[in-house]
Amino acid sequence: MTEQNFEPVIVGFLCQWCSYTGADLAGTSRLEYPPTLRTVRVMCSGRVDPTFVVTALADGADGVLIAGCHPGDCHYSEGNYRAMRRYPLLMKLLDQFGIEKERVRLEWISASEGDKFARVVREMTEQLKALGPLNWQKRSAALSGAA
Amino acid sequence: MPSLIIDGRKIEVESGVTVLEAARAGGLHIPTLCDHESLSPYGACRFCTVEVIRRGRTRLYTSCTLPAADGMEVRTNSEPVQKIRRILAELMLARCPHSEPVVKLAAELGVTKSRFRSPRAKESCLVGEHGECILCGMCVRLCEDVMKVGALAFEGRGGYRTVTTPFREPSEVCRLCGACESICPTGSIKQAKITDRRPRPIPFEFEQGLASRKPIYLQFPQAVPRVPVIDRDSCMNFRTGGCKTCEDNCTAGAIDHSAEDEIREIKVGAVVVATGFDVFDARVIARYGYGRLPGVITALEFERICHASGPTSGKIVTADGRVPRAVAIVHCVGSRDVNHQEYCSRVCCMYSLKFAHLVKEKTGAQVTNFYIDMRAFGKGYEEFYKRLLAEDVTFVRGKVGEITNVALGPEEEGKLIVVAEDTLLGMVRRVPVDMVVLSTGLKPGADAEKLNQVLSITRSKDGFFAEKHPKLAPVDTPSDGIFLAGACQGPKDIPDSVAQGAAAAAGALSLMDRGSIVLEPIRARINEDVCGGCQICVANCPYSAVEYDREKGVSMVHEELCKGCGTCVAGCPSGAAQQENFEDRQIIAEVEGVLF
Repeated sequence: MTEQNFEPVIVGFLCQWCSYTGADLAGTSRLEYPPTLRTVRVMCSGRVDPTFVVTALADGADGVLIAGCHPGDCHYSEGNYRAMRRYPLLMKLLDQFGIEKERVRLEWISASEGDKFARVVREMTEQLKALGPLNWQKRSAALSGAA
Repeated sequence: MPSLIIDGRKIEVESGVTVLEAARAGGLHIPTLCDHESLSPYGACRFCTVEVIRRGRTRLYTSCTLPAADGMEVRTNSEPVQKIRRILAELMLARCPHSEPVVKLAAELGVTKSRFRSPRAKESCLVGEHGECILCGMCVRLCEDVMKVGALAFEGRGGYRTVTTPFREPSEVCRLCGACESICPTGSIKQAKITDRRPRPIPFEFEQGLASRKPIYLQFPQAVPRVPVIDRDSCMNFRTGGCKTCEDNCTAGAIDHSAEDEIREIKVGAVVVATGFDVFDARVIARYGYGRLPGVITALEFERICHASGPTSGKIVTADGRVPRAVAIVHCVGSRDVNHQEYCSRVCCMYSLKFAHLVKEKTGAQVTNFYIDMRAFGKGYEEFYKRLLAEDVTFVRGKVGEITNVALGPEEEGKLIVVAEDTLLGMVRRVPVDMVVLSTGLKPGADAEKLNQVLSITRSKDGFFAEKHPKLAPVDTPSDGIFLAGACQGPKDIPDSVAQGAAAAAGALSLMDRGSIVLEPIRARINEDVCGGCQICVANCPYSAVEYDREKGVSMVHEELCKGCGTCVAGCPSGAAQQENFEDRQIIAEVEGVLF
């Protein structure tokens, strides 16, 4: 696979109430966005254990999108606030692994924001294309070699 | 129980009462000037003198200080008693020739003029208007014993005795309660001479501060329960420990100053939240001059002015008592304004139309409405708007920029000038008026956030409580069993509030009547064998559904409260918490699946 036609793989953890429905709307509205996102439905963005993100990256994803309801709109009152608090900690961890921060993104996408969903996937795909593949195995080997 | 004979009548009384009280209980009249139910007997005026016969010998006593004893024989109106009272009346008349109660009492005793000279030019009451004091000491005793303040005292002895403040200085301890003025039998004492400070009226909240109230008051005429309340901040009892005049006067014994706030825990199956709204504070928009220009009032103030039981008995008048000849009503104050509240408050258009109608009907004044859009949305509302158009009410489409009292011409002199762009004419208009009513919008209650945390329900962007679904569940909240009614959910008029209230009650009833609840299949559970008892899940749960079991040292999920968001599961460091149908291994398997 050359750098030119590299198609990144994004794992998306979408909350059932807002972002998953937003993704649905993007589909029913016939909005075009790259086929790079592979969706995992969760009940709430607060359910996203940072382990899931790390697992996804380790298993071959080039990027991860966590999407939930807008602050104040959470179906479960404040689950998205928990996600909001876990995200910076996860980013610190990924930074120590040497993983670029653009690879993991937290977005608030409501059920009515199909266009925003499409835009976020487009943007992320562009960014990941620019960054190139993650190559987790190679990096972790390099890391353990350095240690 | 003592039994005594007064004026030939046998009277039985409780032990401990005075002869004066016994005589009154028997329906006999004994004149007094210094007796008061709130004060202990003092025997200062001596008008209550009676003749007591014991073992064949008679003696004169003041009946207010004489305890009733068994077998006592009393004459209240015998010749010697009358003679003493007449002399007393003459002495008092010489001392207080202008005091109405003294003149009246003397006249009752047949005394109209005094043979005595006024004793001295010296004033016997230095804190009085004209010094006509009989030195009964009621003011001094009331201030000291009842009010527990002690701002007044007697000074000097004999002919030099006088009522005054300590060191004859303006009192610093006086609490301006006015009790001395109201109890003085000669009407001599004046609070204004006791202290330099002046009493400030307590603004009546219900009347929007347009009238004053007492520390004990009925909050509003339709209060439920319809009983008075005591304002702790202004009640004398809560400041000095004294007074309790209301307690003395209440024949039902219903007043209890020692009552404390109590917190009662009540177990319920459903909660209806109907906490209402707050009114937008018009002071925030300084250019409208509310609080600065006397003629600018808020809608609630106008509502009280209009009301028959209000401070002006329903007469529409300006602050200086004039009937206005021109009135402006400014719509959307705080509402539909990106600087304040972006939403429409819904009720203002229609109450503004009502105000316009009332002003027209009661005063015939020229009424100008300044509006952004007329929203006569309800049943019969559009018809009312049409009726007002026919009633010669002026409607100017434009948001008011400023309300000022700076006149630019003679026709604006002494008026309030409402400056607005008339967007239909495309020009700026200056309308001189006598009164401006600001149609203030509705905003979420100040305590909505606190209540929100207690009930774990959500609020929408504007701060009102959020319903479960805007179309399909407008009365429910995301928390089962909690219902919303009225303006706490969003600005609402009376018919809508009544409808939602009835719906909320029905929702609560149906929940209780069913006797069982339906649970979500997706919910959290905690493996007790794995749980380390760190309680991170307890802090994570938005529904307070996770509880720490102290005995077992593990956390547990209340299944009936759990909504299945899985936040506790994501936070669990040991993997003890799992979400049914969304277990960690299921999600990871899914991730692996999509990456295959």
